[in-house]
Amino acid sequence: MSQAVDERHETRDTDLDDEELRARLSKTWGTARGLIGILSTVDHKIIGIRYIVTAFVFLLAGGIMAIIMRLQLARPDSHFVDAELYNQLFTMHGTTMMFLFGVPVGEAFAVYLVPLMVGTRNIAFPRLNAFSYYVYLFGGLMLWGAFALSIRPDVGWFSYVPLANLNFTPGKGPDYWAQMITFTEVAALAVSVEIVVTVLKQRAPGMTLDRIPLFVWTMLVHSFIIIFAMPAIMLASSMLIMERLVGTQFFNPDAGGDPLLWQHLFWFFGHPEVYIIFLPGTAFVSAIVATFSRRPVFGYLPMVLSLIAIGFLSFGLWVHHMFVTGLPEIGAAFFTASSMAIAIPNGVQIFCWIATLWDGKPVLKTPLIFVLGFFFIFVAGGLSGVMLASVPIDTQVHDTYFVVAHFHYVLIGGTVFPLVAAVYYWFPKVTGRLMDERLGKWQFVLAFSGFNITFFPMHLLGLRGMPRRVYTYPAEMGWGGLNLLASAGALLFFASFLLMLYNMMASARSGALAGDNPWGADTLEWAASSPPRPQNFDRIPCVTSGSPLWDQGDDRAVVGGLKVDERELVVTSISEARPDIREESPAPSIWPFLAALVTALAFIGSIYTPWAITWGSSVVAIVLVAWFWPKTIEENV
Amino acid sequence: MARSVIDVSGLPTYAFGSRVTPWWGTFSFCLLEGTGFALGIGGYLYLAVTNKDWAKDAVPLSLLWSALFTLVLVVSALPNFLIKRAAMRESLRSVRLLLLIMSAIGLVLIGLRIMEFSALPVRWSDNAYGSFVWLLLGLHGVHVLTDVADTLVLTVLMFTRHGTGKRFSDAEDNAFYWYFVVLSWLPLYAVLYWLPRL
Repeated sequence: MSQAVDERHETRDTDLDDEELRARLSKTWGTARGLIGILSTVDHKIIGIRYIVTAFVFLLAGGIMAIIMRLQLARPDSHFVDAELYNQLFTMHGTTMMFLFGVPVGEAFAVYLVPLMVGTRNIAFPRLNAFSYYVYLFGGLMLWGAFALSIRPDVGWFSYVPLANLNFTPGKGPDYWAQMITFTEVAALAVSVEIVVTVLKQRAPGMTLDRIPLFVWTMLVHSFIIIFAMPAIMLASSMLIMERLVGTQFFNPDAGGDPLLWQHLFWFFGHPEVYIIFLPGTAFVSAIVATFSRRPVFGYLPMVLSLIAIGFLSFGLWVHHMFVTGLPEIGAAFFTASSMAIAIPNGVQIFCWIATLWDGKPVLKTPLIFVLGFFFIFVAGGLSGVMLASVPIDTQVHDTYFVVAHFHYVLIGGTVFPLVAAVYYWFPKVTGRLMDERLGKWQFVLAFSGFNITFFPMHLLGLRGMPRRVYTYPAEMGWGGLNLLASAGALLFFASFLLMLYNMMASARSGALAGDNPWGADTLEWAASSPPRPQNFDRIPCVTSGSPLWDQGDDRAVVGGLKVDERELVVTSISEARPDIREESPAPSIWPFLAALVTALAFIGSIYTPWAITWGSSVVAIVLVAWFWPKTIEENV
Repeated sequence: MARSVIDVSGLPTYAFGSRVTPWWGTFSFCLLEGTGFALGIGGYLYLAVTNKDWAKDAVPLSLLWSALFTLVLVVSALPNFLIKRAAMRESLRSVRLLLLIMSAIGLVLIGLRIMEFSALPVRWSDNAYGSFVWLLLGLHGVHVLTDVADTLVLTVLMFTRHGTGKRFSDAEDNAFYWYFVVLSWLPLYAVLYWLPRL
């Protein structure tokens, strides 16, 4: 086909010894210095770290909002903040945690880890990856910048119409909210496409479907859920902003529209969203449980099938957020059944992890301890979820603190505890140094007790009738004691994150040196150096088992014959991962940054005039042509 | 340490169809954009069922321009198929000629879509029916516009020194996406133009 004769004189990896190969590849795959170099990088590890750090900054911001709310609710009849600010706080808290932290942080870990775990040199479409990060960053900065300028959405993280309509909320707050959605969903969708293609086409030779690490399977299913769920919220938020800017009538019952259409579209995304946030947590758990049990996860096949089942079922649940909107009975019954059914594959996963620990020799390091905390909290949240799936119970406790307790158990238990475990687990890979174990265990004590002291009382508050989203409550209701307890717990929980931050900063400077594989793990990222070099692997590994680092014998098979001075990687066949093509991976480029910048300007402009889209998209088009136009004749070969 | 080597030096640097990564990227975007279309149609049908006044609001749309649009769009699948074949044979002459034809067809389609909009009997702000007609027609219009723009750039590219090697694979990929633009229109056409007439 294209294997040109003049390629022959170029240096291949087989021509060089290990040391020279490492140096040459580092140069080929490296990132240039200087501002332009920093903004042009396409290295998935650098972009992954930027994603992770940005998501954690938003976690901190959302956490501070939560603390202010808890301080307000600690006492009855409190006037620490007023009703208006309180509405803005819970809107920003929910929006930030869901869209700027929850979704991006899972993808961030995938961006960093998936290419390493499948044994390739960069993510598929690395420039799109850079673009997605900048779009996400600009979306978050836009929302928080507007907040700083007192343009603040205050209609909840779900922005229900008619409250979010122009006549009830005349400011620009919901418009900024809607455009932030568009920003972050563009970023999330782009990353999903990259992950799907990286997993399907860039696995190391020999990594057949049944040798893909469970972490990677999970992120693949996660990406497919995003691909099918996120278009719903993009469509919905675009419809909302059109309703507010150009006077469409989608949600106006007086002109043939229906406010419930918003709820359907929102929750068609919103329920899979729960799994979009939760699945990365299970990916972390699978990796950590295997490593610290010293055996592969029990029941590989049921684990993978459960993941796929969760993917499908997550789309059959959305109406359970709308049980009190007056649905036909048969519809409610169907969604009750499917809401209960999804507990089965989740249960299968939990039992497989427990069986793994049971059969293995668990080593109680901080990552595993946080995973054990996850089991407890997530199962408790799952049980209150099964309760809420039942229409009569849901009708009773709808919009009370019982629901707040439930979803914080699921989301924090299901995502944040595994996330902290993941930080401790992969920190040595990223920085080359281990985090402090003693501080880690103290952090667990603070986090576990703080979390439960905060959120367990909310179940009781909900059952005693305390509604959500109230900025204060009268003393006669008798909710003061439990609220004070919850607020005290929130401070403990918040302190646990400050402790982690301190531990990260101190360990990055002076933690114990980690080496390549400090935990004795089995997946390929631990075969790379810590931190990994720009090329990830000097020689692409060939995989012969599901636990390559545990099962490799003396014969460590590798790929040979790739060019050294060009960014070449191996593209393999989908199921058997047979080497098929030597594809060139795109080089660094400033255009993705510029494209994200003009896209951001067009989106922000569109909040003020629809013409910003018309003019903005023509500029975006020009930038995209510059991005894709080949710069050298060699790129065409 | 002993080391055996799988030699990949003889592998090609590009290929066609589902062997290459861009095909899978395009396929994934088709999936997510297709989901967007399906949800848009879902929203339209939801209101058609729940709103008692829908029959009154849903004035049938003029068939002339849309029929021409649909006809040209469906016929364009033929040159599109030929581009795919010519690209895989790496025949530069045929690819250039066919890209010129596809660009012309694309521009005609954009003109027809503009006529479709101008012939609409409802405005987006009249009622929810009007909003959905404009939304769905616009959403598909954006897809036509982007792929025509892409085709125009590719056509220019193939007439420069870059019209070689991997760019044939790009031409094939572009043709693949055009099928999506054609196929996604057919259900939209049925819903927008024929459903209100039933």
